[in-house]
Amino acid sequence: MQNNTSTREITYIEAIREATYQVLESEPKSFLMGLGVSDPKGCFGTTTNLHESFPGRVFETPVSENTLTGVCLGSAITGLRPILVHLRIDFTMYAMDQMINNMAKWRSMFGGQVNVPMVVRMVIGMGWGQGNQHSQNLQSFFAHVPGIKVIVPATAYDMKGMLISAMKDNNPVIILEHRWLQFTKSIVPEEMYEVPIGKCNVLTEGSDITIVSWGQVLIETLKANEFLKENGVSAEIIDLRSLTPLDMPAIKRSVQKTGKLLVVDSSWKTGGFAGEIIARVCEDPDIMLDTMTQRLCYPDFPVPSSPGHANHYYIRSTHIFDKVSNMLEKELDKSGVLAQEEGRLLDAPDQNFIGPF
Amino acid sequence: MHELDAEKARAIYYDLVRVRRIEEEIKKRYPLQEMRCPVHLSIGQESPAVAISHAINKTDYMMSGHRSHSHYLAKGGDLRKFICELYGRADGCSKGQGGSMHLIDLSVDFLGATSIVGGTVPIAVGAAFSSKLQNENRVTVSCIGDAVVEEGVFHESMNFAAVNDLPVIFFCENNFYSIYTPLPQRQPARPLTDLAKAHGVKAVSIDSSNVFKTYMMLDSLVAEARRDKKPLFLELFTYRYVEHCGPHEDDNLQYRPDSELEEWKAKEPILVAQNHLKEAGIWDQAWSDQIEKRIEEEIHEAFDYAINCPYPPIENLGSYTYAK
Ligand SMILES: Cc1ncc(C[n+]2csc(CCOP(=O)(O)OP(=O)(O)O)c2C)c(N)n1
Ligand SMILES: [Mg+2]
Repeated sequence: MQNNTSTREITYIEAIREATYQVLESEPKSFLMGLGVSDPKGCFGTTTNLHESFPGRVFETPVSENTLTGVCLGSAITGLRPILVHLRIDFTMYAMDQMINNMAKWRSMFGGQVNVPMVVRMVIGMGWGQGNQHSQNLQSFFAHVPGIKVIVPATAYDMKGMLISAMKDNNPVIILEHRWLQFTKSIVPEEMYEVPIGKCNVLTEGSDITIVSWGQVLIETLKANEFLKENGVSAEIIDLRSLTPLDMPAIKRSVQKTGKLLVVDSSWKTGGFAGEIIARVCEDPDIMLDTMTQRLCYPDFPVPSSPGHANHYYIRSTHIFDKVSNMLEKELDKSGVLAQEEGRLLDAPDQNFIGPF
Repeated sequence: MHELDAEKARAIYYDLVRVRRIEEEIKKRYPLQEMRCPVHLSIGQESPAVAISHAINKTDYMMSGHRSHSHYLAKGGDLRKFICELYGRADGCSKGQGGSMHLIDLSVDFLGATSIVGGTVPIAVGAAFSSKLQNENRVTVSCIGDAVVEEGVFHESMNFAAVNDLPVIFFCENNFYSIYTPLPQRQPARPLTDLAKAHGVKAVSIDSSNVFKTYMMLDSLVAEARRDKKPLFLELFTYRYVEHCGPHEDDNLQYRPDSELEEWKAKEPILVAQNHLKEAGIWDQAWSDQIEKRIEEEIHEAFDYAINCPYPPIENLGSYTYAK
C-alpha cells in the first residue's frame, strides 16, 4: 500500500497537520476547532498556522468540551464535517453525554435517516508526572459503545491515511493519538491517500506466536521483536490500528497459524480491550481450544505521578520479551533486550523530552 | 472597613514574598529535570491567594485547580511536602502519586487541587453543603481561573450553591488567558461578575495588585458570606508572568500585547506592597532583609530535604486504590 516512490520522512505531528490541511483544502464543508488549534503551539504542532490558510474554518474555542461536542454533532447533521481536537482524552470526560448518548446513537435512534460525519481527536498522555488525570488510556469506554469508530494509528503513515479516511467516513470517528508517538517518523507520501478503518496491519509474518498490539506499546513490541528474532523466535506482529470495527478475520487467520496469542495493551486489564480480543478468539469454534492466550496490560490502578514509579508501571520491551519467552516455554538470551533497556527512565519518550506537558 | 494593623500587614507581606520566592526557586531548578511533572507557576499572581488566606480562618476549606501552588502555600500547606510532591518523593503531600497539580494538606483544611478545569468546583460546593448540614461555621473557597466559567459544571455548581444557600466562595483569578487564548476569543465582552449575578449570587471584582487593599476588601466580604451563609463570587484581576505551564518566559510568542505586560509589571504586587508599607510607615529594610534570608533558608532546607527523600516504595504501587 505504501507509495514506494516516496522517500520523505515526516513526524506523526507533521502527518496530522498535512492530512488536516489537505482535508480542509479539498472539503469545503470541513472545519477544525478545539482549545489551542490557532495558538502559537498549535496543539503540539498538529494545527500550527492552519487558521491562516483557512480563516473562519479553523478556530479557538471556549473550554467547554461537552458543548463543543454537541456543536460538532449539530453541525454534522446539518451538512458540515467537523474535526474536534482535545489535548488530552481525560478532558473529554465532560463530553461523555454528547458522545455516548447523542453522537453514537444519532443515526440508530432515528432509524438511519441522519449520518454523523465527525472526527474527534484525543491525545493520550504518558510519563513526566502526567499522573492520574493526564495519562489515562480510556479507549475501552469509547470502543464499548456501538455507533462510534475508534482508531489508534501508530505511525505517521497510518495517521495521515486514517485521518483522511476518518474525514470521509459518514460515522463519528474517534482518533486516539498517543503523545509519545507524536515524535516518531515514517515515510509519508505528499499526496492524499487513505488507510482503511477497520483493517489491521500484519507488520511481520511469523509462525511461533501472534502478538497483537496498537498505539504506543506497539513500538515496545517491535523493539522486543528485534531480540526475539535474534533468539530465533518467529513472531507475527499485528498492528490493530482500529479498535472498532475490529478486524477479527486477520487475527483469527494468524492465531490459527501460530496457536498462541499475546495481546499488548497500554491500558488497564479489567474490562479492557485486550480481554475483548482474547474472548473473541476463545469463543470462535474454528480456533483450536488449546490456543494459548495471554495479555500484557497496565496494572489495575491509576498512573502514579512519581518518576520513581514509571518504570514499575508502564509496559516496556523486556516485559514483552519475557512474556513471549514464557509462553513459548523457552529459555531465551535476555542480554540484548536488557542492555537496550539499561538506564532507561520510562517517564519520558527520549532524552530530548524536557516536559512540561 | 477596619484599619490594617502593622502586625497583620507584615504577616501578609511575608506570605506574599514567601510564595514568590518558592515559585522562583522552582522556576530556577525546573530545567534540571528532577521535578518531572507539569508545573503551573503562580509568579505574578500570588496576591489573591495570600489575601484570601488571611481573610479566612485556618479551619475554612479551600480547593483549587491546576495552578494551585499559591493557594496551597498561602493556606498554610507544608512546604517540604509540597516540594517533595514536585519531585515525586515518598514524603510528598500526595505521597508522590499526584505531582504539582494534585496538592492536598488536610492539616490546614486544604482539601485538594486537581488538573481538570472546573473539576473541583462542585466538590467545593459539596464541602460547603457538608459544613452547613453539620452546623459548622466554615466557608469553602473554590479557587478557579477565568476559563472555569466556560464549563457547564461551573454554572450548575453556582446554581446549586445559590438555591441551597451554601457558604462557598467562588474565587476567580482572572488573568485574562486560558493557556494562550485571550478572554475575548472565549467569552463575550461582559464582566464575569454578571454570570454570578444571573445566578442570584453576589459578585465583586477587585484589582489584586495591592495585596493589603485586597485583603481588607476580602476580609469584610468573607465575614458577610459567613454570617449570611450565602455563596459569593469574587473576581480578582491578576497577571501571570511566566508561561502557562513550565518555568520559562514566553512573551517572545507575542500572544500578549507588550503594553499589557508592561502595565501589569508596573503594578508588580511585591513593589506595590513595599510602597504601601513605606507610606504607612511600617517598612523596615532590616526586617525585609531578615525575612528574605529566613525564607531563603527555609526554601533551601525544603529542596535539600526533597532531593534527599527517596521515591515512594514500590510496595506502595496501587495500594491507595481502595480503602480497606
Ligand atoms: C476539562 C479540561 N479542559 C482543558 C484543560 C487544559 N487546560 C489546562 S489549564 C487550562 C487553562 C485554564 O485557564 P484558567 O482557568 O483561566 O486558568 P489559568 O491557567 O489562567 O490560571 C486549560 C484549558 C484541562 N486541564 N481540563
Ligand atoms: Mg486564566
